[in-house]
Amino acid sequence: MAALLEVKNLRTTFQTSGGVVRAVDGVSWDIQEGETVALVGESGCGKSVSALSVMRLVSEPAGRIESGEILYKGRDLLRLSEEEMRGVRGREIGMIFQEPMTSLNPVLSIGRQLTEGLEIHMKMSPHDAQTRAVELLAMVGIPDPARRLAQYPHHFSGGMRQRMMIAMALACNPSLILADEPTTALDVTIQAQILELMRDLAQRLGVAMLIITHNLGVVARYADRVNVMYAGRIIEQASAAELYANPRHPYTLGLLRSVPRLDEPRRARLAPIEGQPPDLTRLPPGCAFSPRCSFKVERCAEAAPPLIAIDAAHRSACWECERLVKEVAA
Amino acid sequence: MSEVLLEVRDLVKHFPVGGGFFKRAEGTVRAVDGVSFSLHRGETLGLVGESGCGKTTTGRCILQLERPTSGQIVFEGTDLATHSEKQLRELRRHMQVIFQDPYSSLNPRMTIGQILAEPIKVHRLVSGKAAREKRIQELLTQVGLLPQHAHRYPHQLSGGQRQRVGIARALAMEPSLIICDEPVSALDVSIQAQIINLLEELQSRLGLTYLFIAHDLSVVRHISDRVVVMYLGKVVEVADRQTLYEAPLHPYTRALLSAVPIPDPKLEATRERTVLRGEIPSPLTPPGGCVFHTRCPIAEARCSAEIPQLREIQPGHWGACHLA
Repeated sequence: MAALLEVKNLRTTFQTSGGVVRAVDGVSWDIQEGETVALVGESGCGKSVSALSVMRLVSEPAGRIESGEILYKGRDLLRLSEEEMRGVRGREIGMIFQEPMTSLNPVLSIGRQLTEGLEIHMKMSPHDAQTRAVELLAMVGIPDPARRLAQYPHHFSGGMRQRMMIAMALACNPSLILADEPTTALDVTIQAQILELMRDLAQRLGVAMLIITHNLGVVARYADRVNVMYAGRIIEQASAAELYANPRHPYTLGLLRSVPRLDEPRRARLAPIEGQPPDLTRLPPGCAFSPRCSFKVERCAEAAPPLIAIDAAHRSACWECERLVKEVAA
Repeated sequence: MSEVLLEVRDLVKHFPVGGGFFKRAEGTVRAVDGVSFSLHRGETLGLVGESGCGKTTTGRCILQLERPTSGQIVFEGTDLATHSEKQLRELRRHMQVIFQDPYSSLNPRMTIGQILAEPIKVHRLVSGKAAREKRIQELLTQVGLLPQHAHRYPHQLSGGQRQRVGIARALAMEPSLIICDEPVSALDVSIQAQIINLLEELQSRLGLTYLFIAHDLSVVRHISDRVVVMYLGKVVEVADRQTLYEAPLHPYTRALLSAVPIPDPKLEATRERTVLRGEIPSPLTPPGGCVFHTRCPIAEARCSAEIPQLREIQPGHWGACHLA
């Protein structure tokens, strides 16, 4: 089966005062129809820039997609004209951002923000768009939707605004939704509501989803496959079940071991990953994680390890992958 | 049990909203509405709850950064409300705070050395420049930074390093109590564990007492000896760590615990979740009766009529629920 979205060797750079930063440095990943895939990593690892690159929303001139291909249903999005790209954004691929307050227009009514896309992309009449908007709000669980249409984003709570973002993303029946930290700004109980809603809707409507997050718990519950990123590269790629059961990269292993967990007895001491996050303007020549890695050997400082298949569904970018497996098992 | 260092008795903090200079206020936000707990020397008390539950305001009232509307805060045996501004300044030395955001809580125009020197100068903790320099070096080492960091500016440090500076600044005053307000939630996952370990080390080395305010229940369980759960300005449950996490009494605590995702797909696939209905009500118009009844999965008729009192249901385990 051909992938719905296939990103190949994507490289996105930013010109900064400290020099050129390779925010995304030759990454490849894909999403099949109806599947939920996660991009996981810490701030600055390139996960959000990956999504913005897919939508071609990287802010120029500082940011630039240097090379690679982004194949959506076989078409390379990087070769489309700006006009054609506008037909993809919102229509084919929807997007949900972290901060619903800053990504909604504060001076447009909720109704107008929903109907605008419907009228432009779906060529609906204002009346039909209005009817559809009410349907959408009801679908994402906003009570009394008809009355809500006339209200503005500031009338909504954080959770309600995120529901509204989901309604907007789903408005034109896209095949794919990119969700960038969709629940990070929300309270725990509201987070649970929104994630369950997103999963139910994605399943019911058959929409594929890319979830971008730093929360390993969210990934475990909602993703089918996971890509772990560090300093602009994918360092491990596997199904969610496989990644958590058998992490094959020291960074993934470190992340999983550093978080306190509610399902386990309390540990006397946490096992953090030592050192500081990488400075993207001054990356070491070899593996970017090597300065913090407890499995480091000489080779790691010399050359960055490629992402190699361990088996059909699991890839890792680590020279010492085999030793890691043995030591974890021991 | 060891001596009580801090006691909060029936703390209330209301904020008037709306209105103007000549107009009467239109409403009152009941940010903290009758909160009581005590903190023993050397212990870590976790204060958890979602945004708007009043956990930060409680912390600010203890520090006297907000004057409480009513209630008492007794620190080291004296009621803070009876103190003058001058006495408070002296007392605040013993009570320090670490903020969530290490980016906005450090002055960008001062070097780390200057930031740490200021409280030492103001409170005349050591005399002489040389002694001060020595103390700054000592503080930096204590929080895992290097002596040369004294000459750097905050923007030259990473988030984790900045939070270490925030901790060093609090330690400079040789406090007995540190209020940690979401000290790790702005940090990357891999750095959070470093800071938590550092806080624990410092506690055992210096005999510190922590009030640990956070929304992350896994972190709170790890670091706290006892935990207070707040909802809409009220305490709904208090218990020691193990009891609270293994046998929570209050339906809100249970829902909070069940909402935390666990990094294990196999477990998550079979885990039943209690997803709470609805939203957190506005603290401007909190619901009558039990504040949680509008979202409570087991609420009965009397929950909307009678306010449940916080009572000791089992020894050391307090809950504010009619049905517990």
